[in-house]
Amino acid sequence: MKILVPIKQVPDTATQVKIGADPKGIDTTGITWIVSPYDEYAVEEALRIKEKRGQGEVVAVTLGSERAKEALRSCLAMGADRALHLSDPAWENADTLTVARALAAVIKQEAPQLVLFGRQAIDDDMGAMPAQVAELLGWPCASWIMEETISDDGKSVRAGRQVEGALDIFNIPLPCVLSAQKGLNEPRYPTLKGIMGAKKKEIKDVKAADLGLAADGAQLLVVALEALPPRPPGRVIPGEPAEAVKELVRSLREDAKAI
Amino acid sequence: MKIELTDEQQMIQALARDFAEKEVKPIAAQLDAEARFPHETVKRMGELGLMGIAVPETYGGSGADTVAYVLALEEIAKVCASHAVIMSVNNSLYCDPVLKYGTEEQRKKFLAPFASGQQIGCFALTEPQAGSDATNQHTLAVGDGDGYVLNGRKVFVTNGREASAALVFGQTDPAKAHHGISAFLVEKGTPGFLVPKVEDKLGIRASDTAEFVFEECRVPAANRLGAEGMGFKIAMSALDGGRIGIAAQALGIAAGALELSLAYAKERKSFGVPIAQHQMVQWMLADMATAIDAARLLIWRAAALKDGGRPFGLDASMAKLFASEMAMKVTTDAIQVHGGYGYIKEYQVERYFRSVRERNDGRA
Amino acid sequence: MVGAFWCIVEDDRAGRPKKVTGEVLGEATRLARQLGGQVEAVWLTDKASEEGLKQLAEWGAARVWLLEDPALGPYRGEVWTPPLAELAAKYGVQAIFGAVTARQRELLARLAARLGVGLSADSVSFSVQDGKLVATRPVYAGKLLSKVTWSKPPWLATLRPNVFKPEDPKAGATPQVERPSVAIPQGTMTLAERKEEVSTGLPELTEADIVVSGGRGMKGPENFVILEELAKVIGAAVGASRAAVDAGWRPHRFQIGQTGRTISPKLYLGFGISGAIQHLAGMRTSKIIVAVNKDPEAPIFKIADYGIVGDLFEVVPLLAQEFKRLLEK
Repeated sequence: MKILVPIKQVPDTATQVKIGADPKGIDTTGITWIVSPYDEYAVEEALRIKEKRGQGEVVAVTLGSERAKEALRSCLAMGADRALHLSDPAWENADTLTVARALAAVIKQEAPQLVLFGRQAIDDDMGAMPAQVAELLGWPCASWIMEETISDDGKSVRAGRQVEGALDIFNIPLPCVLSAQKGLNEPRYPTLKGIMGAKKKEIKDVKAADLGLAADGAQLLVVALEALPPRPPGRVIPGEPAEAVKELVRSLREDAKAI
Repeated sequence: MKIELTDEQQMIQALARDFAEKEVKPIAAQLDAEARFPHETVKRMGELGLMGIAVPETYGGSGADTVAYVLALEEIAKVCASHAVIMSVNNSLYCDPVLKYGTEEQRKKFLAPFASGQQIGCFALTEPQAGSDATNQHTLAVGDGDGYVLNGRKVFVTNGREASAALVFGQTDPAKAHHGISAFLVEKGTPGFLVPKVEDKLGIRASDTAEFVFEECRVPAANRLGAEGMGFKIAMSALDGGRIGIAAQALGIAAGALELSLAYAKERKSFGVPIAQHQMVQWMLADMATAIDAARLLIWRAAALKDGGRPFGLDASMAKLFASEMAMKVTTDAIQVHGGYGYIKEYQVERYFRSVRERNDGRA
Repeated sequence: MVGAFWCIVEDDRAGRPKKVTGEVLGEATRLARQLGGQVEAVWLTDKASEEGLKQLAEWGAARVWLLEDPALGPYRGEVWTPPLAELAAKYGVQAIFGAVTARQRELLARLAARLGVGLSADSVSFSVQDGKLVATRPVYAGKLLSKVTWSKPPWLATLRPNVFKPEDPKAGATPQVERPSVAIPQGTMTLAERKEEVSTGLPELTEADIVVSGGRGMKGPENFVILEELAKVIGAAVGASRAAVDAGWRPHRFQIGQTGRTISPKLYLGFGISGAIQHLAGMRTSKIIVAVNKDPEAPIFKIADYGIVGDLFEVVPLLAQEFKRLLEK
């Protein structure tokens, strides 16, 4: 079974992101870049499917700058078999839909049985990519999955998607798109052997023309990034616990009207 | 001149940092308090390939290099000196000499399971009356048919209780002084190989330091590492590599103490501002950071020379000497930055202080 | 002429629209006042109800497009998207708004791809600039805000629950219900089973007006019971920090923060939570933040409206008692 895992390189979760000189983007100096955490669940799940079935191929894909190759190498070190790097001036300033179109095109070429995404990239937090790619391919999709089992014949998957208050278990014919929610698995660390072996694996460069795509204008335009409005200064309520609690409840009721 | 880590080295560093932060840091203080050997995490370090980093894959290792080894070791030592010591002894003092001097048979039996971390090795050189003076070996290894009979005592053996094999040094020809020393790979459970004592230590308490006694312990000739009389050379070569490891541990301990100090100085307030804004504290932190980086560069140079197959003994000695003294000073200053809290276990920095006392022994 | 503002109905799967739909209709109504256009609800369901339709009218829907079909029973993007896209194109709508819920965050994304337009997911405010709609949405887990606009209509957006206000209900409003004739595909995926989460008897985390949350300071899973007791008194949901979830004390669905849920309750009370940047990202849009921590330097105090420096094991039971006394009055 061939499984394709689109991933994205994002700033580490502990990063204090700052607005850049161009206020439409962030200041990238000093940032530690990582594979978006949800994407790691997707890579892990793909590797587990391959290991469980005893055969198959896991292909990691990303669209991004030269630096994004690091993220692909991390996936190769975890155990992905090869990687595709989509990089082209046509995709500079790409919005979600442009990226979705590029991914859908590369998926058509690769023709995997399963596409596994992370539920969202933790930079723009749009969370739209899995569903958009599925739509462009005309495939079924289940987002935020917490469990999955591929049928023995490899023709369908039983996947549990997290919804409010429940887990909806769907039977879905392959090919399909799934997106991983935290809790699906615990991603492995790459091993040193995996890291040393990653450089022997292929990272293929893919241009827009290779996919028969031309530049398309972004549909969603970023006007500017803004810092959060500061919260009004708070106060620490002094005193013995019993008194402090009384005063807190009074304030919540009378001043804040929060209860 | 170019100081740039390869992609692989950076990834190994990131992996070690990630593993250390998530898996080791949360348990480090408690392991130290209980002086408990971390079997579970050491096993996982083996699975990741951290126990035989520079050993080729054919012999169960990771096929990386010494630079990758010191990068990983620093990250582990940053959160727990005990894990770092366990890792460093297995890598530098056990696997390295077995790889370098072992026969193909010996590498299969005494290297592959150790480089892959399924088993742990140790290095038994020091004797009670001699300190680390390798020329002064009282342990006797007397040839007897197709083997040797060992008699003697070894002390301060790191990993001694947990190891399943030891690299042991003994005199096969006392008349030749240090040219009469030979090295042996001795399996635990060999009759006459006793571990009578495990030390209770000031620091690095989760790693076990044991005493060995050999009483009429019979070792097959096939377990002799290198030729008869080569023991001293093997020990010196292992210790050269070992110094890089010790230096990297000291570096990691100091870097960890600095991280704690920085975090504390940014949070702790006096006179209405975080103490990090006081010039005295700033100078102290700047000195700590500079000394740490200087040690790092010495260590990287020694490691790079070793990887390049060039002489590195002097560089390793300098790196070890500087890093050990630097770590003493940095951890002392770290306590100072923490003020009274530096003395309190909850603030962790005292563990770093205790961890470096051992590193300051000897300038061999 | 400005096209309609469509609001997709989120229901409880039993014929009743959820409160968040009132919020979405409310915001659409305010925007339509500035931009022109009519606010309409679009309800895809296998089971509508008269009361539900009436509720939508009271919330301000001038018209309700009702697509009622057994195939729409469980939400499936491949089934819901085509008819919705077909109608949106046919009627030249100006905007399509949904809520940030499991169904709609996926539905609106698919719809945007099918229509070839932009989507502002997880929007927290809107403004009108030069006759164009501008949405504000948190990025980097809420560490920054991004202002976005669309290159062409329909403007698609999902709105974060608990952030927007419903309009005052128009009592007695009757809905104008349209049942358009449109093909609904049968779909290829099938719902095999619904595993309901064991009910805590407490509200859902992202929908709750009040959230109490515990962190590493809770010291163990068994201690969350004191938070649950407090939560019962004030009708709150119980959440947790990543530290508590990663330690295995609470299931992941209760995690608040960058790799968990983002919440905006009216009142957030954090106990034994230091306030790591990842956690703050998930709750800093709460209206009132209360923090209880024994460490006066805990970063959470920097964004808290009210703080108590003290032992949560002392404070929580006292708080439960005090709230009980207040609410019994």
